[in-house]
Amino acid sequence: MKKVFLSDWFSRLVDALLPVFATMAALLVGAVMLLFLKVNPIEAYKALWEGAFGTSNAFAETLVKATPLLLVGLGICISFRGDVINIGGEGQMIIGAILATWVGLTFTSLPGWLVIILSMLAGFLGGALWGGIPGVLKAYFRVNEILSTVMMNAIAVQLMNFLLRGPMIDPAQAELASQIPQTARLLEIFRLPRLVPTRLHLGALIAVGLAILVYILLWRTTLGYRIRAVGQNPHASRYAGIKVQRYMVLALLLSGAFAGLAGATQVFGVNYRMITDGSSSGFTGSAGFNGIVAALFGGLHPILTIPASVLFGALLVGANSMQRVVQVPSALITALNGLVVVFVVSSEIVRKRRQRKREAVAKRENDSPPSSETDEKQTQQAEAGL
Amino acid sequence: MISDLFSTTVLIGILASGIRLSTPYLYAAIGETFGQKSGVLNLGVEGQMLLGAFAAFYVALTTGNLWFGLLTAMIVGAVMGLAMAYVTVNLHAEQGISGIGFYLFGLGMSDLLFQKLMGTVETVKGFPEIYIPGLSDIPGIGKIFFSQNILVYIAYLLVPIAWFVLNKTTLGLKIRSVGENPDAADSLGVSVARIRYFTIILGGTLSGVAGASMSIALLNVFQQNMTSGLGFIAVALVYFGAWRPLGVLGGALLFSLINSLQLWVQVLNIPIPSDIAVMMPYVVTILVLVATVSKVRAPSALTKVFERGD
Repeated sequence: MKKVFLSDWFSRLVDALLPVFATMAALLVGAVMLLFLKVNPIEAYKALWEGAFGTSNAFAETLVKATPLLLVGLGICISFRGDVINIGGEGQMIIGAILATWVGLTFTSLPGWLVIILSMLAGFLGGALWGGIPGVLKAYFRVNEILSTVMMNAIAVQLMNFLLRGPMIDPAQAELASQIPQTARLLEIFRLPRLVPTRLHLGALIAVGLAILVYILLWRTTLGYRIRAVGQNPHASRYAGIKVQRYMVLALLLSGAFAGLAGATQVFGVNYRMITDGSSSGFTGSAGFNGIVAALFGGLHPILTIPASVLFGALLVGANSMQRVVQVPSALITALNGLVVVFVVSSEIVRKRRQRKREAVAKRENDSPPSSETDEKQTQQAEAGL
Repeated sequence: MISDLFSTTVLIGILASGIRLSTPYLYAAIGETFGQKSGVLNLGVEGQMLLGAFAAFYVALTTGNLWFGLLTAMIVGAVMGLAMAYVTVNLHAEQGISGIGFYLFGLGMSDLLFQKLMGTVETVKGFPEIYIPGLSDIPGIGKIFFSQNILVYIAYLLVPIAWFVLNKTTLGLKIRSVGENPDAADSLGVSVARIRYFTIILGGTLSGVAGASMSIALLNVFQQNMTSGLGFIAVALVYFGAWRPLGVLGGALLFSLINSLQLWVQVLNIPIPSDIAVMMPYVVTILVLVATVSKVRAPSALTKVFERGD
């Protein structure tokens, strides 16, 4: 009996480590690609590691990059749990950032702490608006959210370009012939405080705090329970009296809100102004997409999304140093990110098969039924892995 | 001035470039229609297009042969499709998410290859316009419909062919049944896996052509992320067109015509901010989706993993 327990424990550990194996497989493919590029993979990965974790500054940069990934990822945990696919993180970040920046540039006579709180709220609301619209379209007009969020991304980018070239342009730039499309800089008292003498800012702590809050929201509140119930079985939820449409909208709205907050922290914690190169990734650094990757990697669990975000933040920062040291374009890391996603979703089947096997074994040994405690653990784990 | 928009030359110009601009959407969206009809949502279209665009451009540039370029793009798209099929059919991976993975892969890979193999933006002489004898001389209509490059003509031929295959052939029946009720199809001896492999690889091939139609026929350059969301819009057009090739054509045309209109608005210096003009096709697409899509039902098994019950 004890032996069974031990092997069970081991197989669960293997399951939990599957994403790590998947990442290693992707890095292995990356090594082969590096060989084709006539670059020593060990040297390249060493540069990547040192760029991401080598010094305290490097590690701080990693955390700075991880912050928007975590915030977007938290939103993704909520929406994907509600079976709503939100690909609109990019647009939601942009709108959140625009609203937050507007607050920061408008209420210049208010005390710093108040403006920071107000602008973070504005970011949250902006993202909620940009996520809520596709939510309403899905719930009440049956417009597929994948499409509408993609369209909303494109609209947000153009809105940003328009505002930064016109109504919101830095007055100093407006007088120049070059007219760089950017807003004025935020006052120093409005910036998110730095934590240690690096670029690491308060946004990182906010994000971690929110991760715990999202965990509580999803598993300890009625709202979260209903979002998940709608995600797992909308029909049953409807029979149970849950207003399915309302929770669909809420899932997308909350998801967008977190992305909006991510956009706001980018402005108030990192750049201190908005600037556009015409594309969405120019502002977001593709965090709206990479946040999805991080959340999936974390098994759509808010707490596990924290280390996942750090990992992908590290890959992004490390990619830049790899580009500097061994002259490999950082695009390689984008490609590897894609492979990680593919490998991680593909490895799910291993976990499912093993779980099924375990269940079959449990059924066979039904004369000693599993205690309710392990049962609960199992469902928890199943939920975490979903 | 705004009245310039309504001169015949400009109207013909808008229509002609609208038809031309619709080609990448058509290829990608027709391919995606096959996939979705069989129950597979491929969100990796954008990545397949980018790799296809690069492959076509690079091969055309180095060999000087546009057809080799096109062929390479098709092969690259097909290989991406094959990988997608393996992951979603054999490994039961979530379709939407693996699609995002393939998108990121194509985005990064095409950029990487571009930087390593080319480094700078170059141009090729793309597929020339073919003037169809007789027809291209018809005033107006000739310029709009019969003075386009070969990939435009093929794209428009593809629409009735896709309609015919999906609705009038046994293969089409199998594709539709696999997308509506895979269990029933399976019990009747249709191989769900084989059909889905076929549609996903076909979709990838056509996405490759879509990319090629941009890099060696429409724009004749390759740049990083040159599709900038076009592949996602192609997926949207499938919903928009309610999974019917003709509907997809309507959507692609509407989107491209508005796009073409906004380009001309900028050319003619009409005082609408260009950023707002660029936004218009997206806004209109959302509005039309709201007005139409709710009446049609997606294939029942779309995004659902098929597992044989033992």
